Amino acid sequence: MSVRMIDDFQPLYGLMAEFETATQLVDAARRTREAGFKKFDAFAPFPIHDLDEAMDLHDNRVSLFTLIGGLIGCCGGFGLASWVEGVALPLNIGGRPLIAAPMYIPITFELTVLVGGLTAAISMIIMNGLPSPYHPVFNVERFQATGSKNKFFLCIESADPMFDREMTAGFLESLEPEEVAEVAR
Amino acid sequence: MITTEQTYETSPQLVASLKRYQLIATFVGLVGFLALIAGIFTEGAPQFLRSYLVGLYFWFGAGMGALVMLMVHLVSGGAWGMMVRRSLEAASRTNYVMWLAFLPLIIFAPQIYSWAGPAAAGSKIVQAKHLYLNLPFFYIRYVIYGVIWLGMTYFLNKWSRLEDQTKSPEYSRKLEKLSAPGIVIYFFTITFASVDYLMSLDVTWFSTIYGFLIAAGQALTGMSIIVATLVFLGKYTPMNHLITKRHLHDLGKLLLALVMMWAYLAFSQYLITYSGNLPDEVSWYVKRLNGGWQWVGLALLLLHFALPFALLLSQSLKKNPHTIFRIAILIICIRVVDVFWLVEPNFTSLARPVFTISWLDVVAPIAFGGLWLALFFRGLPARPLLPLGAPDLLKALAHGREH
Repeated sequence: MSVRMIDDFQPLYGLMAEFETATQLVDAARRTREAGFKKFDAFAPFPIHDLDEAMDLHDNRVSLFTLIGGLIGCCGGFGLASWVEGVALPLNIGGRPLIAAPMYIPITFELTVLVGGLTAAISMIIMNGLPSPYHPVFNVERFQATGSKNKFFLCIESADPMFDREMTAGFLESLEPEEVAEVAR
Repeated sequence: MITTEQTYETSPQLVASLKRYQLIATFVGLVGFLALIAGIFTEGAPQFLRSYLVGLYFWFGAGMGALVMLMVHLVSGGAWGMMVRRSLEAASRTNYVMWLAFLPLIIFAPQIYSWAGPAAAGSKIVQAKHLYLNLPFFYIRYVIYGVIWLGMTYFLNKWSRLEDQTKSPEYSRKLEKLSAPGIVIYFFTITFASVDYLMSLDVTWFSTIYGFLIAAGQALTGMSIIVATLVFLGKYTPMNHLITKRHLHDLGKLLLALVMMWAYLAFSQYLITYSGNLPDEVSWYVKRLNGGWQWVGLALLLLHFALPFALLLSQSLKKNPHTIFRIAILIICIRVVDVFWLVEPNFTSLARPVFTISWLDVVAPIAFGGLWLALFFRGLPARPLLPLGAPDLLKALAHGREH
């Protein structure tokens, strides 16, 4: 098997291997991690549940942000209703206390869900590095053609301390991919 | 992936273990029922019937909850349901005995339901409701419920057995075709049944969301027992190498959804009553939020909603068999308190509510628990633990091991 090379004058971003099935990709990701590589990424046309485990990704900050957002919405909703009814416009409604807590629960709940949901969506987008108008992996023709359709890719970046143009290419070939290609930056 | 027929067989250790638990449950049930009968003489027939209703309705709900979740699975599919389908079926088969166990309440209805008793004759409200709340129609409804519930239980179990034996898709289709209308029928019948056996304890009061509240509670009881059972079965062959964390995760999510649904319905009922603030409607809450009963309400708010909700939010707690087992047990225990809270405060005075609990309220759920679990543990090993004839079985087993 030969590595699809890029021109000599182009700076190298990394090396990318193409796989036929999701199972191969998960195996390849696990073996890449076990080989000691840190800066690598896997690309699939659909979410693969075991991939994060295989790549040892444990960044759960989105859940934390969602929880914080939810709590802010919860306190904000209850606080807003209490302030309006208790301070800004105190009204006696049917002899109920000014702060009639049960009546505030619906808006408290709605704002918890709204702020929590928005925080989840926005923090997910930001932490995924999106929007990203340019990414070097699209320099690989095969990736452009099939990366979002039916093929699975694994890319080891040249920024990885263990990266070596020939050795890493050899390692990727040992994973039995369809093709290994150099990625121009 | 496991594909050989061999590995689906229930291990002899599991059969022996179920046998042992069945014996223990039978013993507990027998002692419990003897204590209950003794209670008739020490505490009086009315208190016996109330406690009997607490114990019976809780465990009856476990079987009915299992029945409706079984139908939900048969209609919607999903790997979670494939793993617990046989437990759901075994749990639904307790309905036969549980339905019969209503007989004392039916026969002695005047002793517990005030509308059926002599005191009701002069009451305007009871007379206005007489068209529905009268004894002959009460008996007829009991028979109708029995025909519908036991009929559905019978056919779902029968066709499931035939699906296994023949491996023919004909029975899978039949199961689906019964389940879809079955879910609708379940919600109608359980609404009427909850009015008959629980809501009419307080004859002046009404709530239109009540049936759904009871249904959500039953589904929660049923699923908690099923989740705890699955973790227990997971210690033995064949389930020990078939259950994945994804199955537990999915079931945990289902528990979370049911906890939230119960809280949503319970709170809706309270909020509407609180907003309306009408004498007819608030009586139910006046009794339950005064004289010591408010602590039971607070316990429900914290242990039936807040704590399980917070615990079930965590992904790792849902995936861990030990923690999900404990959460399920917590929910089962607090469900008993919820049924107690639905039944007993009806008999306190509206002008001066006082918290009372009889020892029979503790014994009755244990006695019925013994009976129910004995039936359940007897039913479980009667069939293979997985529906071998179900069309999507292999796909469900591959759930969570896609590599």
